[in-house]
Amino acid sequence: MPVDQSLVGRVFPPTAPYEVTEDHVREFVAATGGDYDGGPAPATYPIVLAFDAMNAFLEAEAIDLFRIVHGDQKFAYERPIVPGDVLTATLTVSSLRQIAGNDIIGTTSKVTDADGVLVCSTSATLVHRGPEA
Amino acid sequence: MNTPTQVFTVTRADLVKYAGASGDQNPIHQDEGVATSVGLPGVIAHGMYTMALAARAVSTWFPGAEVVSFGCKFTNPVVVPAEGGVDVEVAGEAKEGDDGLTTVSLTVTCAGQKVLGMPKAVVRG
Repeated sequence: MPVDQSLVGRVFPPTAPYEVTEDHVREFVAATGGDYDGGPAPATYPIVLAFDAMNAFLEAEAIDLFRIVHGDQKFAYERPIVPGDVLTATLTVSSLRQIAGNDIIGTTSKVTDADGVLVCSTSATLVHRGPEA
Repeated sequence: MNTPTQVFTVTRADLVKYAGASGDQNPIHQDEGVATSVGLPGVIAHGMYTMALAARAVSTWFPGAEVVSFGCKFTNPVVVPAEGGVDVEVAGEAKEGDDGLTTVSLTVTCAGQKVLGMPKAVVRG
């Protein structure tokens, strides 16, 4: 079933505030084979927040995660993320089109800190593979 | 600017760890049956996993440098076998601008095929 076109422009509720801890950054770095010795989180860390927002969006729209593949991803950083930051992400559906039975869903997520100040802007294209694709 | 090519080996166990750390529990990254049921060639690495490896290469080349932007397309899947692992190679070309920013154009390949489209990082310094 194609994703509803009226979603374009819709802003989803902010995710629950998430406190970045040294332990979690270490786990994230270790998962990609690196060693963390303190300091800022790695460049792709904001995906933790963006993914939380994406999951809430998929659940709200009853879209199966296993039919999603990632088309592209961009991050623009206002400042590095560090342990102690309390972050939340707000997702907006920016575009939607159908190609060959797949929905191509453009999303943007703004990651903000406890003061509501922008930390990172992310955009992701999600490819929702239709049953016939 | 010296940016020696970095090679990383990806295993299924890595993907399980990454799923836990990132929150991305999409079964196409862990379960062969689910992956093939949606038309994928097998279990594939999270695109964000491959992107994280590219970021590791950039931080190896520019230790401590602040990343200003980072982006790519996911053009081909990194298929991860049940046994052993698969190598992902990250090469880079750095160009310093007049604005104190360095643009790093990356080439990320697996089994001789580019897996990321136009991967690019901009770092300060």
